[in-house]
Amino acid sequence: MDAQNVAETLTLNERKILKALSNPMLIGAIQRATGLQDVEINRAVMWLKNKKVVHVDEQVKDIIVLGKNGELYRKTGLPERRFLQAVQTPGTLQEISDSTKLSSQELQISLGALRQKKAIVAKRKAELEISLTPEGEKLLKQDFPEELFLKKQFPLSLSEISAKELPVLESLKRRKDIVVSSAVKVRNVFLTEFGKRVKSEMKDAQDVLEKLTPQIIKSGSYQGKSFRRYDVEASVPDIFAGKRHFVNQAVSYARQIWLELGFKEMEGPIVSTGFWNFDALFTAQDHPVREMQDTFYLKSPAKGRLPDKKLVASVKAVHEHGGNTGSLGWRYNWSPEEAEKNVLRTHTTVLSAQTLAKLKEWPAKYFSVGKCFRNEALDWSHLFEFNQSEGIVVDKDVNFKHLLGYLKIFFTKMGYPKIRFRPAYFPYTELSLEVDVFHPVQKKWLELGGAGIFRPEVVEPLLGEPVPVLAWGVGFDRVITTYYSITDLRDLYKNDIKKTREARLWLE
Amino acid sequence: MPKVTFKTAMVQKLLGKKIPLDKLQERIFMIGSDLDRIDEQEIEVEIFPNRPDMLSEQGFARALSAFMGISPGIRQYAVKKSGEHCTVEKTLKMWPYAVTCIVKGLSLDDEKIRDIIQVQEKLAVTFCRNRKKGGLGIYPLDKIHFPIKFTTMPPDQIKFRPLEADQILNGRQILSRHPTGKKYGHIIEEQKEFPVFIDSQGSVLSMPPIINSHDVGKITESTKDVFLEATGPDLNTLTVAINILATTLADMGGQIYSMEVRYADRKLIIPELSSGEMKVEPEYVNRMLGTELKVHEIKELLQRMGMNYVNGKAVIPAYRADILHPFDIVEDIAIAFGYENFTPVIPKVATIAQQSAMESFKSTLANFLIGLGFVEANTYHLTNAQSLTSRMNTVASYISIDNSVNENFDVVRSWLLPSLMGVLSENTHNELPQKVFEIGRCFTEDSGPESGVRETEKLALVWAGNEVTFTDIKQVFGWICRNLGEDVPVRESLHMSFIPGRAAEARLGGKMLAMMGEIRPEVLESWQLSTPVVALELNVSMIHEHIQNKLR
Repeated sequence: MDAQNVAETLTLNERKILKALSNPMLIGAIQRATGLQDVEINRAVMWLKNKKVVHVDEQVKDIIVLGKNGELYRKTGLPERRFLQAVQTPGTLQEISDSTKLSSQELQISLGALRQKKAIVAKRKAELEISLTPEGEKLLKQDFPEELFLKKQFPLSLSEISAKELPVLESLKRRKDIVVSSAVKVRNVFLTEFGKRVKSEMKDAQDVLEKLTPQIIKSGSYQGKSFRRYDVEASVPDIFAGKRHFVNQAVSYARQIWLELGFKEMEGPIVSTGFWNFDALFTAQDHPVREMQDTFYLKSPAKGRLPDKKLVASVKAVHEHGGNTGSLGWRYNWSPEEAEKNVLRTHTTVLSAQTLAKLKEWPAKYFSVGKCFRNEALDWSHLFEFNQSEGIVVDKDVNFKHLLGYLKIFFTKMGYPKIRFRPAYFPYTELSLEVDVFHPVQKKWLELGGAGIFRPEVVEPLLGEPVPVLAWGVGFDRVITTYYSITDLRDLYKNDIKKTREARLWLE
Repeated sequence: MPKVTFKTAMVQKLLGKKIPLDKLQERIFMIGSDLDRIDEQEIEVEIFPNRPDMLSEQGFARALSAFMGISPGIRQYAVKKSGEHCTVEKTLKMWPYAVTCIVKGLSLDDEKIRDIIQVQEKLAVTFCRNRKKGGLGIYPLDKIHFPIKFTTMPPDQIKFRPLEADQILNGRQILSRHPTGKKYGHIIEEQKEFPVFIDSQGSVLSMPPIINSHDVGKITESTKDVFLEATGPDLNTLTVAINILATTLADMGGQIYSMEVRYADRKLIIPELSSGEMKVEPEYVNRMLGTELKVHEIKELLQRMGMNYVNGKAVIPAYRADILHPFDIVEDIAIAFGYENFTPVIPKVATIAQQSAMESFKSTLANFLIGLGFVEANTYHLTNAQSLTSRMNTVASYISIDNSVNENFDVVRSWLLPSLMGVLSENTHNELPQKVFEIGRCFTEDSGPESGVRETEKLALVWAGNEVTFTDIKQVFGWICRNLGEDVPVRESLHMSFIPGRAAEARLGGKMLAMMGEIRPEVLESWQLSTPVVALELNVSMIHEHIQNKLR
C-alpha cells in the first residue's frame, strides 16, 4: 500500500501517536504526550510497526524506579529531614520520636545519616539530649543530595545519573524500598521515512469516519469524508455454525446419486426376523453367518412372526429341495423356529427382499443407504455398525454387464472412476463379485463390498417369477474414512465437536 | 471363510510350470478366492465356502491348472474295485449314513501328511459345519481287518485308546476328558448309543464324528495304503467330502479302490466319481451375461473351470459341491471368461426416482436445525442399560441383545437423549456453548410390527452453556413447530431427567410428541458435566405421520 492508503487505515490512537511522535521517542514519553493507556499505545504502536510507519528499537536497560518508601518519602519528606526539623528544639530521642511519629527504625537511620552529615550532636544530661550543630542549622535551609535525587523523574536510566549522584544512589539503595534498580525493556519508537510520508498524508481526524452508523447514513454526513481503510487481509477469529455430521453428508451424497440414476428409496426396520435377513436370501440355516458370534440376536422379543404362509412355504421348499426353481436346494429340514429369531439386520439386503416380496411390476430400481450390524468387538479397525448402500434392478432384460455398469457409475460419482471386479461368494447371489476401487492419491485398492445377481432360489419365492434381479450391498465407510484420513474407525462415531466443526464438507 | 496355506513350490510343481508370482497372484484372485499372501515359500488363501474341492494343494492346483489353460477339462480318476465291504448295521437317527473307500500306493512325507490333515480339518470345519454335517476319518489300511461294520454301542462299552491319549477310555470318558471329545462331544452327547466303526477282529477303529483310535487310526510316513470314511446326517455331503479326499490322495499318486457300503435296503459303491450333468441352454448363458458366446466357446470356458459341455449339458466333476442350479454354471463361465473382460453397460431402463418420505423429511429437518447453529451428531444404535436409565435418573424399558461381545453395547436405545448426553460428556474439553442434535432410530417392544419391535425416528437436541435456560429450549421447540405449520401447546410435566418445574411436554392427539427442559444437576453429574444443559426430545415419526395425514 502506498503512503496515502496507509494513512487512510490509521485508527484514532494511531493518529494521536503519529501526531505526537518526535523522532525517536520512548513509550513513556508517548504516553505523557498522548494521554493514552499503556495497552492502547502498545497495540497502536504494534499496528504502526506492522504498517512499517514506525520502527521500534527495543533494548534491555537497567533502570532505577522508586520503591514503596521512595514514593512515600517523596510526599512526606525523608525521615532525616523530619528529624532535623524536630531537633531545632533540642530534646531526647523519645521527645523527637513523639513529635515526628517516626518508627524506631527510621529514627535509627535518621540518627546515623545526620551524624554522618555532622548536623547533630548528642549531649549527656539526665538523658541523652540531641541538638543541632551549626552545620545542621545550615542544612535546614538547603536540600540533602538524597532529596534532590528523589525529585528526579522516575524511572531513571543509569545513563541519566551523574558521577556525583552515584554515591547518593548507592546509599539510597542500601535503605529499604526507597529506590530499586531493575532490568526493563526500553522501547524507542522511530518514525520511518515511509512513516514521515504517511504522517504528511494524514487527514484531519474529523474527516475520517470510523464506524458507519444509522445517524451517519440518515444525515448524509459521510459525504466528503472517507472511511478509515481496514486491513482486510488481517486474520479474524474463527466462528462456528451448525453443520451436518460428515458421515451423514456422505450418506446424503450417496442417496443423491441413486436418485439421479432414477432409483426409488427403500426403507424398513433394523430389527428383522432371520426369515428376511437370511432365509428369504437362501442362506441355509446352518450357514456360519447365522451363528451367535457373527450376528446380534435379541433377548426379548427373541422371536417375531413369519410373513404370509405361501411365501414361507415357498422359501422352505427352495431350501429343502429347490422348489420349482430347478435347483437342488440345500437339502435339509428347514425350521420355522430358526427363521423366527429376531436379529439386528446384518445387511440392507433385507430391504431388497422385502421390496421384492411386495413388487407387482417391473422394470423397477430400488436403493437404500442404511445401517447394518455385526457382532464384533469394538476396536480401531472393527465397528459393530456400518453403512451399506443397497440397490436392486429388476427387469427381464438386465444382465451381468448391467450390474457392472451400475456399480461403475455409482463409484465414479463417488469419486472413484477406477474400479475392478473380482469373483466372490454369497449364498444369495450368483455371478457374485467383490468391488474394489482404486484410491488415486493413496495408490491402493479399497475393498468396498459385494454384488451379484440374485439366485433364482431368492427371486422366485419372493417375486413369483424368474426375473433377473441385479443386487449389490456395498460398504462405503471405507470411502468416508479415506476421504477424511480417519485411521480409527471409531472416530466415525466419536462426535468430537471440535473435529466435526473442522471437518471439511463432503465434496466430490 | 476357511484360510489355507499351501507351499508355493508344491503348487508350481503340480501346475507343471513355473509361473511368475505376480501372474499367479492375479490368476488366484480371478479364479474366485481371496489371496491373503503369496511369496516364494507359501500361498495363504481364503477358499470360498462353495469350493471345498480347492481346500487341498492338489485340488487348488487342479482348479488353477484348468483355469490357466495348462490342463483344461475334467480330470479323470480311475477307480478299481477293492472287493472289500462295510456293513451299516445299526445307526442313530441323527447320524444315519456312512461311506467308505480305499486309496493305495501312496508315498507320504511330512508335507503331504500336513496337506492331508489340513484338507480333512478344513472340510470338517467348513463344508461339514464343524462336524455337525459329517465327520471324516483316514486310517492306515494295514491295521484294519475287513469286513468292517458301522454300528452303535452304549458309550461305556466303547473302549479304545483315542488319538494321542496315553490310555484306554470309554465313550463317556472320551467326551469328558479328551480335548477333541470336549470340543465336539455336544454333537452326540445326548444319544443313548454312540456310532463306532469296528473291524472283523472287533477292534474299534473310531467313534465318529469325535475321534479315531490311536492304535489303528493314525497315518505316518510309512503308511502306503489308507482307508477313508465319512459319516453323518446328509449322504450328499458325505459323498462329496469323500470324493474330495479320495481325489486329493489320487493326485498325490495314490490309486482309488471302491468299497461296497451295505445298508439294509441298498448297496452303495463308494466313491462314485462319475460326472454329473446339468442342462444349460447357450441362450440362457448369453442372456444372463450379456454376451454372444458360441457353443464351442462355452465348452472351452467350462473346460477352463475343470468341467465340460456336451450336447447342451454341463458335465460336472464329482468333487464339485456347489452346483445347485444352471445359474451356477453361468457363473463358472463368467469366471473363466474373466470378470475383467466384461464391459460395464448402463441399460436403458427408464424408472422414476423417488425418495422415501421419511428419509426426505429427516433430511429437511436436519438441514433446518443447522440454521439454529446446531451441530449434528452420529451415535451408535447400541448402548447400555445404565445410560438409558440410572444415568438419566429415570426408568425406561429397553430391548437387550442376547449375545453382544461388547458389554457396554448390549442394548438397543429406547430413547435418544442419553446418546447426546454421552456426546457432551466426551466434549467437556471443547469450547462452549455446545449445541448438538441427532435424528435417529429408537426401539421399543410392540406387538404390531412383525418382529415385535417398534422402530421410531426421534430427534434429540442438547444445548450446553453457562447461560442456557428453559426459555432457550422452548424457543427452539416453538421455532420447529411454527416451521412445520403446527401449533402444539407446551404443558408443564414431570420427568425425572429434568429439574422439577422446568420440564415440559407437548402432546399430539393425546400422545407424547416431545419433552423438554433443564437437565437435573444429578444427571449432569452422572455424565461428568459441570455446565447447565437444556434438552429436547421429539418423536419425528409421529409428527411426520401427522403432517402426512393432514396433507392427504
